[in-house]
Amino acid sequence: MTVKSVKSAKSVGAKIWWYVRELTGETAYERYVAHVRKDHPDAPVQSRRAFERERTDRQEADPRQGFRCC
Amino acid sequence: MPEPATDTARPQRKISTKSVVIWTLVGLIGATGWGVLALSRGEEISAAWLLAAALGSYAIAYRFYSKFIANRVLKVDKKRATPAERLDNGVDFHPTDRRVLFGHHFAAVAGAGPLVGPVLAAQMGYLPGTIWIVAGVIFAGAVQDMVVLFFSTRRNGKSLGQMARDEIGPFGGAAALVAVFAIMIILLAVLALVIVNALAHSPWGVFSIAMTIPIALFMGVYLRILRPGRVTEVSVLGVALLLLAIVSGRWVAESSWAEAFTLAPSSLVIWMVAYGFLASVLPVWMLLAPRDYLSTFMKIGTIVLLALGVVIAMPTMKMDAVTEFATSGAGPVFAGSMFPFVFITIACGALSGFHALVSSGTTPKMVQKETQVRLIGYGSMLTESFVAIMAVICACILEPGLYFAVNSPAGVLGPTLESASEAVKSFGFSIDPATLAQAAKDVGEPSITSKTGGAPTFALGMSEIFSAVIGGAGMKAFWYHFAIMFEALFILTTVDAGTRVGRFMLQDTLGNIYKPLKRVSWWPGVWLTSAIVVGGWGYFLWVGVHDPLGGINQLFPLFGIANQLLAAVALAVCTTLLIKSGRLKWAWVTGIPLLWDVAVTLTASWQKVFSDDVKVGFFAQRKAYQDALDSGAESFGTAKTRDAMETIVTNATVDGVLSALFAILIIIVLADATRVCVKAIRNPGTAELKEAEYVESKIVAPAGLWPTAEEKAELAAAAGAAGSDGTSGGTPVAAGKP
Repeated sequence: MTVKSVKSAKSVGAKIWWYVRELTGETAYERYVAHVRKDHPDAPVQSRRAFERERTDRQEADPRQGFRCC
Repeated sequence: MPEPATDTARPQRKISTKSVVIWTLVGLIGATGWGVLALSRGEEISAAWLLAAALGSYAIAYRFYSKFIANRVLKVDKKRATPAERLDNGVDFHPTDRRVLFGHHFAAVAGAGPLVGPVLAAQMGYLPGTIWIVAGVIFAGAVQDMVVLFFSTRRNGKSLGQMARDEIGPFGGAAALVAVFAIMIILLAVLALVIVNALAHSPWGVFSIAMTIPIALFMGVYLRILRPGRVTEVSVLGVALLLLAIVSGRWVAESSWAEAFTLAPSSLVIWMVAYGFLASVLPVWMLLAPRDYLSTFMKIGTIVLLALGVVIAMPTMKMDAVTEFATSGAGPVFAGSMFPFVFITIACGALSGFHALVSSGTTPKMVQKETQVRLIGYGSMLTESFVAIMAVICACILEPGLYFAVNSPAGVLGPTLESASEAVKSFGFSIDPATLAQAAKDVGEPSITSKTGGAPTFALGMSEIFSAVIGGAGMKAFWYHFAIMFEALFILTTVDAGTRVGRFMLQDTLGNIYKPLKRVSWWPGVWLTSAIVVGGWGYFLWVGVHDPLGGINQLFPLFGIANQLLAAVALAVCTTLLIKSGRLKWAWVTGIPLLWDVAVTLTASWQKVFSDDVKVGFFAQRKAYQDALDSGAESFGTAKTRDAMETIVTNATVDGVLSALFAILIIIVLADATRVCVKAIRNPGTAELKEAEYVESKIVAPAGLWPTAEEKAELAAAAGAAGSDGTSGGTPVAAGKP
């Protein structure tokens, strides 16, 4: 394999990894941290554990979030 | 199409020769597919022609019709900020990359519906179903999804019910709310019935599905306590365990434990109801969330695999293009003639009212650019329709005799393989008892006759296709159970999620009478309302399992009517909004699908209520069995005892009343919508729109999957500007991963 094809395979892999993480919502915490840092620089940032807890518990309060179809 | 001279919003564009050549070719591929489908009579054709017809039509519709709707009818505005941009809180409102949101939206709208309906509709041959799946999605289903998504995005992600209340009025809004609740109950009952039918007397299936509960619990604990938020790794682990559960199902079925996992339909109903209740009162993180990850992984994975399998194996369609049941209406799978019942039965694959709930809830809060509603709304629905086409293929590559033996109610087939073979012969098809026994043995099931509900048929077709690509006949049983698992997984997720949504609606309504009921943390209220919802669908599930006429046969049309009724509500809201916003000349875009849908739904309801045919009309059925009871008969039709006859009388009454109720609700919504529309047409200035304010968008992002040359230039310019003033702005979000 040439250097170029290894590189392109790597970049395709990185794109797929990015897509999967975005789709599963794994990046939600990173997004939240970025959001707090940008808009409220002085506010404390929740830990990942607390954030993920709150995220699933929010669905408890309004189950229409993330509802699936038939 | 009328071309008003005043319309200057449309940029002058040169059409390149290359694009003309490409789109002519795509058109030709689609046309050839349809040509072969239309002209072949009596000979078996390859599934490739079906794919060509569908994919060619989708491409043309997406390129031309959806673009027309987005630009001319909705006038999507790339300069207008979406709620995701304006209200960005990093949680539920956040601008999401269009490709990711497409995946989210597709995963949310695609479920068991498009796999089940088309399989049942195949009793009329593959052609009626295919035509409606393709034409219906292009002109109705995808249009509805996209237009609802657009209007909800303009209203900060308001739900369909809220939009109905705000834009039509409290009366229509209330009718829409009752409709959604009633539909939810029927939907959950029918989906649960599909699973009960697939798992009845199947130790392999019951074991592997039961294993999904400990797997999901493990994943839940992992995500909650061990490694919060690491969804991908835990899902990969979960899928591996799931595959192990499928494989080990065979060992269980062949061991002495088989007995313990061999359950009759009535015991499965009790298990389902208990599961539904417990799952819906447990915390979301324990069961629902992890199961949802699993089912999404399985869903997307299987659909991709199936598409590849169909393309590689290119199976031959064995079913007739059009069977005589299309006109006689006497088919064993569901009663009634092609119009309206093919449209009612296919439901989700072509036009699904339920999608309007997703298009007006989660998705609009994440849309990055208004221009992207075309890809996300229209595009996702085209993909779902493609899934429905694959379901048609799965059903129609089976021997028709086998198809009818699997899908006819037990009462019609009789107790033995011989009687089943005779019954199939009476439909005009043939299958001998030995072939039936072999087909069951191939997939590791004790029997496959009268496994109604569509899932087993789909699984048989899928195992046929997959085993032709990987593993040969020896893998058939694995693939069959893989397919059952895949359907069961997301049906169980829907049962859980749907019960929660039903409960939420009930809490919200009853909370107006007794305040504490509204509180989601007050457990007596939660338990009570959960029990009411579970009791509702549990009743219909119980009825469906015990109905001597066949539960799917009786209940599936109700489910279809309910779903199409919801679509009518959504299309009525869309049409009202188009008219209120001064777009009367474009109102046909949603108005014609609305009229069609209303014609289908009301005809079906009418026939279900008033038809004299005992197979179709619920009240005719009731009368026939009541008369037989009154005359002292010991058996009548498929009911072999007086108890069975009484069951039919009760069920037919309930189903008939429900059909009438659905029809009345749809008429109320339509009447109220018409009133609003007439008012808006008479006094164009007075219509009040509840749109969110205009804010200019700072995000630059492409509309479609691939950026156009113009969009690339905009992205580059925006990136340059952001780089020079040092702020990150919205552009990196917009560009996503380069």
